Amino acid sequence: MLLVENINVYYGAIHALKGVSVEVKEGEIVTLIGANGAGKSTTLRTISGMLKPKTGKILFEGQDIAGMAAQNIVKLGLSQVPEGRRIFANMSVLENLELGAYIRNDSKEIKEDLEKIFKRFPRLAERKTQMAGTLSGGEQQMLAMGRAMMSRPRILLLDEPSMGLAPLLVKEIFSIIQDINATGTTILLVEQNAHMALSIAHKAYVLETGRISLSGTAKELAASEEVRKAYLGA
Amino acid sequence: MDSSSFLMQFAQQLINGVSLGSIYALIALGYTMVYGTIKLINFAHGDVYMVGAYIGFFATTVLGLGFLPALLLAMVGAGILGMFIERAAYRPLRNAPKIAVLITAIGVSLFLEYGSMLLVTPQPRTFPAVLSSTPIHIGGLIINSQQVLILGVSLFLMVVLTYVVNYTKLGKAMRAVSFDTDTARLMGIDVDKVISYTFAVGSALAAAAGVLVGVYYNSIDPLMGIMPGLKAFVAAVLGGIGVIPGAMLGGVLMGVIEALVSGFISSTFRDAAAFGILIIILLFKPAGLLGKNIREKV
Repeated sequence: MLLVENINVYYGAIHALKGVSVEVKEGEIVTLIGANGAGKSTTLRTISGMLKPKTGKILFEGQDIAGMAAQNIVKLGLSQVPEGRRIFANMSVLENLELGAYIRNDSKEIKEDLEKIFKRFPRLAERKTQMAGTLSGGEQQMLAMGRAMMSRPRILLLDEPSMGLAPLLVKEIFSIIQDINATGTTILLVEQNAHMALSIAHKAYVLETGRISLSGTAKELAASEEVRKAYLGA
Repeated sequence: MDSSSFLMQFAQQLINGVSLGSIYALIALGYTMVYGTIKLINFAHGDVYMVGAYIGFFATTVLGLGFLPALLLAMVGAGILGMFIERAAYRPLRNAPKIAVLITAIGVSLFLEYGSMLLVTPQPRTFPAVLSSTPIHIGGLIINSQQVLILGVSLFLMVVLTYVVNYTKLGKAMRAVSFDTDTARLMGIDVDKVISYTFAVGSALAAAAGVLVGVYYNSIDPLMGIMPGLKAFVAAVLGGIGVIPGAMLGGVLMGVIEALVSGFISSTFRDAAAFGILIIILLFKPAGLLGKNIREKV
């Protein structure tokens, strides 16, 4: 479904991604783990069109989307939950979700999807008219995920959903991710919390200073000596 | 002056101030909306107001249109001009340092001022009396019918704008772009298009102000946009730049202060008072009256 082939991305003179390749098949949860600054977010931002790769291909369902404008990539069915949630704090919860459905014009089905989101996140339903900036960190993460789901993506890109959340909430968020995946959305997950990420993923990649250093099934990586030492604290 | 005549005088100046202020508010909205989306003080905005007045002038004199069609034509014309300015002058500088865009804005301003002089001559023109000016007496107060018109039109436009910004898809997109451009893009919003529409809306409002001023003061000239432009900018900052209700409040406040100072002290102090109050308010509330800094949770 999504095939990232040998992309090189630069921030000015800094070579941030050095020939990164990632493959995500339909229905999978694939995770990209690695230390701070390894290039995880850069990879996601390049896929979603916020950054342009200098070389390399990004094939989404066979179409090369490398360098395409972000707003057009969303229309193809690829949606990103950005790092730090980036909700529209000065707008209501409902307005945030409506903006998630910006590319759609089927108002009846948008309403139905809103109901589904509120069912999945009852706490958002309670706070529908509240300013999004007043939500707690966990609620904001739920809102950011709900917002991304409102575009009816075929693949959802999640950037550090566990960031800054209490362990109990992290568990909740990860079970929601599994749930979203079970209802037919493919997932590419970037996480620093390698333990949690590997526990729900099918496949995993380890990113180290802009390069993929390891890849395999999540089980293999969780068992590998290198990963255990470097990322699982074992 | 006894107390009852003082009150009368005060009420009269309040009426004058509110109608003048609603003009400032219309112009201030364009400053604040553009600042909200691309963080640019569009110094050419006052000149778009001038162009709007001229379109209104030619629409009534050459085309022989009535007030409302002329107003509409001016708004559409200025809206297109605004979009064109953004496309030609500001968009190529989207990733340039702020100062480059600011200098460009000053350049566009001078271009419009002196281009207009070339095109329509620097001579002031007399705006035709498209509407009769009948004083309406209420108690001892005199409200000019044109003041009623200014108030009515500005109020109507502000209500429409508020509705568009708060309840339409375009309005939500505008607010999203203004709050976080990158994330807006991730929602599938075409940011360039939204910025373009923002310029169109702001410019159309300024043009409406230009036509209203033409009707009210009867005289227009190519440099007429400088002072009102500057004052509307101050009004936008006063209310909290980037905040739409702030521009409305700031504009009206500015007009009222000016009217009261010219009525009770001296009209020569008018501008000094207006700018003085700006300094005082910003000392105590640097974000402006309605400006707020929302703290984000991370």
